Amino acid sequence: MNALIGALLPLYVAVPLVIVALLIVLRGHTVLRHLLTLGTLLGMLAGSVGLVIATAQSGVIAHRIALWPNGISIPFVVDTLSALMMTTASLLMLVCLHFAIATREARGHFFSPFMLVLGTGVCGALMTADLFNLFVFIEVMLLPSYGLLIMMSNRRSINGGRLYVTVNLLASTMFLTGTGLVYAVTGTVNLAELAGAAQESTTVAIAVGIVLCALAVKAAVFPAHGWLTRTYTFTSPAVTALFSGLHTKVAVYAIYRIYAVVFDGDNTFLWVALLITSLTMVVGVFGAMGESTMRSVLVFHMVSQIGYILLGVGLFTTLGLTAGIFYLLHNMVVKGSLLLSTGAIEETYGTGDLNRLGGLAKREPLIAVAFMVSALSMAGLPPFSGFVAKLALITAAVDDGAMVVAVVALVVSLFTVLSMLKIWNGVFNGTEPEDLERNAIDYSSGLQHPLAEDPDHPEAVTAVRGITRDRIRIPLNLALPSITLACITLVLGLGSQLLLGLSEQAALGLLDTSSYVRAVLEP
Amino acid sequence: MTLSLTIALLTAAGVYLILQRGMIRIILGFILLSHAANLFLFAAGNAARRDAPIGADGLAGAADPLPQAFVLTAIVIAFAITMLMSALAVTSETGDDTEDEG
Repeated sequence: MNALIGALLPLYVAVPLVIVALLIVLRGHTVLRHLLTLGTLLGMLAGSVGLVIATAQSGVIAHRIALWPNGISIPFVVDTLSALMMTTASLLMLVCLHFAIATREARGHFFSPFMLVLGTGVCGALMTADLFNLFVFIEVMLLPSYGLLIMMSNRRSINGGRLYVTVNLLASTMFLTGTGLVYAVTGTVNLAELAGAAQESTTVAIAVGIVLCALAVKAAVFPAHGWLTRTYTFTSPAVTALFSGLHTKVAVYAIYRIYAVVFDGDNTFLWVALLITSLTMVVGVFGAMGESTMRSVLVFHMVSQIGYILLGVGLFTTLGLTAGIFYLLHNMVVKGSLLLSTGAIEETYGTGDLNRLGGLAKREPLIAVAFMVSALSMAGLPPFSGFVAKLALITAAVDDGAMVVAVVALVVSLFTVLSMLKIWNGVFNGTEPEDLERNAIDYSSGLQHPLAEDPDHPEAVTAVRGITRDRIRIPLNLALPSITLACITLVLGLGSQLLLGLSEQAALGLLDTSSYVRAVLEP
Repeated sequence: MTLSLTIALLTAAGVYLILQRGMIRIILGFILLSHAANLFLFAAGNAARRDAPIGADGLAGAADPLPQAFVLTAIVIAFAITMLMSALAVTSETGDDTEDEG
């Protein structure tokens, strides 16, 4: 049975690429294109849920592409961790696509194709067990992202795009060099053949260390976090939400995987990881306190949350890894929800500036509730998933004797609440600015829309459907994506047992990699 | 030795250029850096063995094909990104300069 499912894994890469070709040909058939993209993403989601069930029942699923012998073939492997990640990633893409359809961004000729290629890269990167192939899939993931980021950004702010490309390219080159070193030292780039190699030899450890450093840059870990906060705010809210859930999180996944397999959880240098994650948490949250637009606050929080997620690797205990994985999945959902609810406000009222908004709690009760739920969840209050995630993480840190880290995590949570309150006070509380409605009309009639002057996107001129002079409200269609994700964080909080169980299984797979290695080497 | 010196020279020049502000210089820096990375991959496959894998000698002196496949893939990716960055260099209103707009 596993062999049969394994043989289907390459479809995750093949099918979206074929659909992309179709989408490019079908220029002008907007509805058909939307349906095709939605269908593909739904298929990916359904397949990933199937993989979660299959891996939970019968362990690791692996496949050698084209059945080449070991050492030559590229192995695709899915265990509980990658299946969970694939599920969350495809869910997030689906929700972001919904949002982009509501804002009419998805009508852009290349939006859906780029998004599907991005999805292909994400799934490939999550499945592959080959370092060089991981490099290729990360590039597959990045190239459409460059396109999305620049296509949806303000023309004058193209420097954000330049910075994004430059930093990611530099990190990719570093990753490639690290891979070359690994090959030079060991003669293989297959993760399973590298299992435990870094613990036995210092040279391998240094080579893989370079790979991990490159991934840390991509994950926006302190001190290499500056690029993220400076580029993610330049593009449209839909793209920011999409990137926040996919890019940094795939890099984090790769760090989890490579550290677990190649270093075999060696704890000599874990204190370095704990130090860096603590600093990432602190720097991110303090950066957020100083920002003045909704999105830049949230983007700084992303950095802070990466610190929490990587705490799981820093502890490398069963509970620590379980909590880290749970936190990773929870964060993808919650961050998406926050960015989409604030994005709905930005797309309707034309600004995300805390000083130019106010009193929206009365005006937009639905969005206000969705934002409140996700903000409380991110800060770690019950009954949302963030509470479970943070409680587990801090318990794990205390169990491991890392009291300082536990205290840092608690204090940073407090500041997270404070900066969420800052957004709440600036946007939802207080009195409505007098020019709020006029700005919204100006924006929706295209005067301030980033794509307004772009001849390739005439449809983007009328930004959001459903806004008229008499009724300036966020359309339900635009609010639904963030509400959906807010509901998911509530469900994950109330019924956390299921996901905690799955996370624990994923954590056990990282602690004892023998079944992963066996599946790759003898599928 | 020649190979490692070349890699060192290319990396140094590439890093120097990337630290400049003009977009074109950054692109040139990346081209040099990706060359350095490609030569590095070649070196990883033991540059002393460079014969073709077919012929009378058997496989004893044959070159390792895997790094060559790596390099081929990396060249294609670097080429695509160079094109994209060149497009970025000409489509900005600020021109070649990457000065921060604040």
